[in-house]
Amino acid sequence: MTDTLSVWQLVETARHQDRPYFGDYVSRLVPDFVELHGDRLSADDPALVAGVGTWHGRTALFMGNQKGRTLTERLRRNWGMMHPEGYRKALRLAHQAAKFGFPIVCLVDTPGAYPGAGAEERGIAAAIAGAIMEWFTIPVPVLACIIGEGGSGGALGLAVADRVLMMENSIYSVASPEAAASIVWRDNARKVEAAEQLQITSRDLLAMGVVEEVIPEPPGGAHTDYDAAARALDAALVRSLQPLLEEDPRALLERRYERYRYIDSLIGAAEHFGPKVGATGE
Amino acid sequence: MGADAWIALLADPGSWQERWSDIRPHDLLDWKRPKAYEDVIDAAREDGLNEAVRTGTATIGDRPAWLAVFDFRFVGGTLSIVAGERLARGLEAAAASGVPYLLVTASGGARMQEGVLALMQLAKVNGAVGRLHASRTPFFSILTDPTFGGVSASLALMADLNIAEPGAAIGFTGARVIKQATYADLPKGFQSAEFQLAHGQVDMVVPRTELRRRLIHLLELYR
Repeated sequence: MTDTLSVWQLVETARHQDRPYFGDYVSRLVPDFVELHGDRLSADDPALVAGVGTWHGRTALFMGNQKGRTLTERLRRNWGMMHPEGYRKALRLAHQAAKFGFPIVCLVDTPGAYPGAGAEERGIAAAIAGAIMEWFTIPVPVLACIIGEGGSGGALGLAVADRVLMMENSIYSVASPEAAASIVWRDNARKVEAAEQLQITSRDLLAMGVVEEVIPEPPGGAHTDYDAAARALDAALVRSLQPLLEEDPRALLERRYERYRYIDSLIGAAEHFGPKVGATGE
Repeated sequence: MGADAWIALLADPGSWQERWSDIRPHDLLDWKRPKAYEDVIDAAREDGLNEAVRTGTATIGDRPAWLAVFDFRFVGGTLSIVAGERLARGLEAAAASGVPYLLVTASGGARMQEGVLALMQLAKVNGAVGRLHASRTPFFSILTDPTFGGVSASLALMADLNIAEPGAAIGFTGARVIKQATYADLPKGFQSAEFQLAHGQVDMVVPRTELRRRLIHLLELYR
């Protein structure tokens, strides 16, 4: 499907109101899913749904942004834009998963962290930074998949993983096209041009080596067939998890570190940066 | 204040040894509009600037330190692949040697013209910050005006000691964007260093004139 769409049409598909959200996937992948709440500090962030359930015979921790489909639900879910409490909840449960040896699956679908005064007052920058830093210390397999929008640091705070996948018609970007246009043109109406230059499609990210795999969506897009999209996601996640289950935890963390330490090495940077592998003492 | 002036202010005279100044940015995404990224880089380099982060070793009050300084004049001090690479190499070297790591920030965030690869620098750098902490090496962050976006959401606030300059604007999303997105009236002093002190994000607010003396004292305490 990606072949026939313009970049902007892809952005609109990634944001489609009928696109399957975290809840649509988790109900199909993990039928006995039990939602867990709260960061144990001050609040529960409804923009991030997290919980445990049985996935292919083992207990796993699933978490992801929930956008909400009705206006009421969107307001409650804040369109999937997390506050600091969401990142703190994610980390609390990641540490819990490490305690019990549960693998972790993060399904990312957010325009970004919430750009509001309350988020700033409660330390959104440090919450995201702390999450990004701590994911490197969680000694169980971590998988991330961008299922819709992966916007900026708010998305990366849930996507420091051993393998990162993308649904075919999802996008992953340093900033939303609107925000990027506002920064480089000082005019967010230039969003289409920004989107075209940013290289945000699943195909772009696979070529750059930022994601390991693109999951094909049903003809017409994931919103036309939730069951087929969920089956494709499930199969790709299980396939990615298998080799990670056999890794020694220390080797797993070393490899996760190197994944990001040398993530820019594919895009022709190698000749300018020197050797990319083994520099941290493998 | 540019990186050169910060280095002159903090380092003992003649002690600065710059590292990895030869690694250079490249237009990896073929970015042409509204200005070609290559032209943006060339113009900055013609002004005598060498990327948004410069790093190296120095002594401060005769104590060795790693120093990494953002330069806002180079594409708004934006975090790029080169900036991330210099930061990560310095953090790894500091972790290996136990030499304290001093950071001076001034940045609008991640560099748009390097796309998602600029975003990935947040993870590259914070992985290295985690290892610096695990090695029990001191890390002090000096937050100057402005410190936002991908820099505040990566290493800037992850230090053992966060030291802000008086009046410096520090936050994740800039005030203009918050107003556009939420129609909120923001209080006077929103996101200032003093606001961040009151909200628990920084340890102290120190004027530039007292900074070197304070750092020498702190390096003594955390030796």
